[in-house]
Amino acid sequence: MSETKKFVYMNRKAPYGTVYALESLEVVLIGAAFEQEVQLVFVDDGVYQLTKNQSTDGIGMKNFSKTYSALGDYDVNQIYIDEQSLKDRGLTMDDLQELTYEDEDDDWAEKSSMKLVNREQLAELIGNADVLLNF
Amino acid sequence: MKFAIQINEGPFTHQAADTAYQFTKAALENGHEIFRVFFYHDGVNNGTMYGVPPIDDRNVSAIWSELAEKYDLDLVVCVAAAQRRGIMDEDESKRHGKGAANIAPKFRISGLGQLIEAGIEADRLLVFGD
Repeated sequence: MSETKKFVYMNRKAPYGTVYALESLEVVLIGAAFEQEVQLVFVDDGVYQLTKNQSTDGIGMKNFSKTYSALGDYDVNQIYIDEQSLKDRGLTMDDLQELTYEDEDDDWAEKSSMKLVNREQLAELIGNADVLLNF
Repeated sequence: MKFAIQINEGPFTHQAADTAYQFTKAALENGHEIFRVFFYHDGVNNGTMYGVPPIDDRNVSAIWSELAEKYDLDLVVCVAAAQRRGIMDEDESKRHGKGAANIAPKFRISGLGQLIEAGIEADRLLVFGD
């Protein structure tokens, strides 16, 4: 397996209500060991996966939202948020947790992994994917 | 072409596993290669041997087993998703102190790395289901 491919994970669903968000994250974390290029996209209700201060006390579900902050340590640092999806839900980047990574090419400076994208940029991201996984 | 297949929904509620089956069968009949079929989310439920649908309906698990037998397909059920949903082979069943295995013939249980590997090795990874 010498080839490097671009894996794009489309996260489209709310963190709770269905298992897709959790089981997507599990694929991303396992996949990180394969040293492929990885991009995560959060679109539609998927933007709720990254909201701050999640509490699942009332619904008996495991709160896995803190796991996202570990992505930087797995070299998963290309995280794209669909701007329109945020707007449609009355959210801004301030409502989301800050995901960062340490840039080894820049003396391990801490940098943001998150980037807002419009629909045109999103289409380009999808078009450039070698492997597109929808969750 | 070399295809990999991912199935995300269980049998019967969704048609995804049926559509994936039809695609896989057609691809094989037309000389294409199927690198692997990977069952994830509720898709792992396609791997049970205990489904007994009415006699005039298709048995989704059984037709996968038959296709795998004929073409020596690699049918992989995700272990983490399977543990949650109670799909087990002999080893898993013993390890978790359960009474019996329920995995259908020609299916095997393995990790998510098998999905990533399929994405890398295949020319196209096709995903069926939500």
